[in-house]
Amino acid sequence: MTAAIEIENLNYRYPDAKRPALHDVSLTIAQGEWVAIIGHNGSGKSTLAKNINGLLAPESGRVTVAGMPLNEANVWKIREKVGIVFQNPDNQFVGATVQDDVAFGLENRAVPRPEMLTRVHDALVQVNMLEFATREPARLSGGQKQRVAIAGIIAQRPDIIILDEATSMLDPAGRSEVLALIEQLQARSAMTVVSITHDVDEAASADRVVLLNDGEIVEQGTPAALFTHGEELLSLGLDVPYPERLKAALRRRGAKMPDGYLDQEGLVKYLWTLHSTM
Amino acid sequence: MSFTYQAGTPFAGDGLKDVTTTIKDGSYTAIIGHTGSGKSTLLQHLNALLKPTAGTVTIGDRVITNETNNKNLKPIRREVGMVFQFAENQLFEQTVAKDIAFGPTNFGVPAEEAEKQAAAMVALVGLPPEVLEQSPFDLSGGQMRRVAIAGVLAMKPSVLVLDEPTAGLDPAGRAEMMTMFNRLHQEQGLTIVLVTHQMDDVADYADHVLVMDQGRLVKEGTPREIFQDADWLADHQLGLPKTAAMARRLTAQGFRFDPLPLTTAQLADQLLPQIGGPAHD
Ligand SMILES: Nc1ncnc2c1ncn2[C@@H]1O[C@H](COP(=O)(O)OP(=O)(O)OP(=O)(O)O)[C@@H](O)[C@H]1O
Ligand SMILES: Nc1ncnc2c1ncn2[C@@H]1O[C@H](COP(=O)(O)OP(=O)(O)OP(=O)(O)O)[C@@H](O)[C@H]1O
Ligand SMILES: [Mg+2]
Ligand SMILES: [Mg+2]
Repeated sequence: MTAAIEIENLNYRYPDAKRPALHDVSLTIAQGEWVAIIGHNGSGKSTLAKNINGLLAPESGRVTVAGMPLNEANVWKIREKVGIVFQNPDNQFVGATVQDDVAFGLENRAVPRPEMLTRVHDALVQVNMLEFATREPARLSGGQKQRVAIAGIIAQRPDIIILDEATSMLDPAGRSEVLALIEQLQARSAMTVVSITHDVDEAASADRVVLLNDGEIVEQGTPAALFTHGEELLSLGLDVPYPERLKAALRRRGAKMPDGYLDQEGLVKYLWTLHSTM
Repeated sequence: MSFTYQAGTPFAGDGLKDVTTTIKDGSYTAIIGHTGSGKSTLLQHLNALLKPTAGTVTIGDRVITNETNNKNLKPIRREVGMVFQFAENQLFEQTVAKDIAFGPTNFGVPAEEAEKQAAAMVALVGLPPEVLEQSPFDLSGGQMRRVAIAGVLAMKPSVLVLDEPTAGLDPAGRAEMMTMFNRLHQEQGLTIVLVTHQMDDVADYADHVLVMDQGRLVKEGTPREIFQDADWLADHQLGLPKTAAMARRLTAQGFRFDPLPLTTAQLADQLLPQIGGPAHD
């Protein structure tokens, strides 16, 4: 399997910054993989995303996307493959209406007009925003803006999608709808997903979680492996999954709880066994 | 009160419809509702940033109507501090220190004192002192949000209006910030109005909850009253606090809870005797 993204010994420093924002980061993401990137505010997550599509140029190190080394000659080809939904949707909007905005990225890629119209329509349906197609993007609620920003990227059908806290303003139902949509697109087209998130449920949908701290990768593994850190997760930059929180509260009250990670269903079953053997 | 966006134009659209409620002095009110239900629109009426198209909004002893002009709103803006949903967009000064000091200076606090306050506020929101001299635009998303919150706190408002203030903060920062708001509420009697999608925060902190749906206020009550009816919440595309959701799963399995637990501690207390109590070995 070819790598979708290959990052080797990447260093990045903002102009005049005392400390590098990324230090010696190496990471390979396989095609079709779903990787969650987590870490404290300021740990370097958005900086890493911008280094993957060439919005920022590394001080040293190499970035390869879809087999192409990221350099001046390739940067436009690479941007066609990578769609980023940015952290603040207001920074992403360019169109006068929602539909123009979603179409914008397609015009840039010279998608023929009939196909463009279909894609814009489909993307707005997928994020449940069709009824707002002629609204000015600035005149939407916070969650509606995030949905439009997501539509703008999925309409482009990128090979790699980077979601930079793209669902932070959505209600929990809306958030799981969007995650289900991304999962569906991924299954259909082997899209690679990089999701930057503070949300533990979003991290749990990933194949692999990568933890950044002060610009360095300090840990990576499956969500289940990471969740065995229990209450320590908070200091690593991730919320403690609810079953772990309940286990800890019961342990503090003197109950015996297993060490391994249990999801909700697993914990309910375990507690019921205790109840039945009382 | 009601509010129509772009009233009198072909683009007119309902923001709020016939809302009547009271937010009590010293209360901690949470406003919940799905995307586009009118939460942010309602909030912006609390410091007269928007004015009702019909009806009235009374803030302290000031009555705001359609006719109210923009003069003399400064006292309201000082009393009611507002952290917007995209708080990053509130930033504009060259340095973080200047940005935080702007509000107080504007309300007559001497520059030197305002800068001192800025330093204290930066610490309060969990940022290192170095950021004071940095441009607020050279910060990460979560760091910008912390600066915006610091800027509002620096005005020492008596009402704190928070529109999803912790979106984009890391979980530890989110917990610290929620604890800090609650301390201001408990110790200094600040009135807090919080818009959030985090039902756990509603259960942990609010004493009163407003539920919005399509611009209408469809329910209000204590968190316990609101979270009692999970099916009604689901119909309004709202969820339960994680504890209440877990309690429901456990109830389906055969456990019993009364009253419905809303916090992890309450659930653990009620669960312990049902799983054999503390281990004795
Ligand atoms: N434009 C900039 N100029 C200078 N420094 C910056 C700039 N943008 C970010 N930084 C700094 O680089 C570091 C990494 O920032 P980055 O935005 O990558 O963090 P992040 O992990 O995305 O955080 P958050 O969770 O808050 O979004 C931080 O210390 C930040 O202050
Ligand atoms: N500036 C505006 N002009 C016109 N309509 C607007 C404007 N801002 C919001 N609206 C519309 O008013 C309705 C209520 O929006 P509001 O921002 O109050 O929702 P919200 O409950 O805060 O949602 P969210 O959780 O997504 O932030 C929405 O349908 C929205 O599209
Ligand atoms: Mg970021
Ligand atoms: Mg809002």
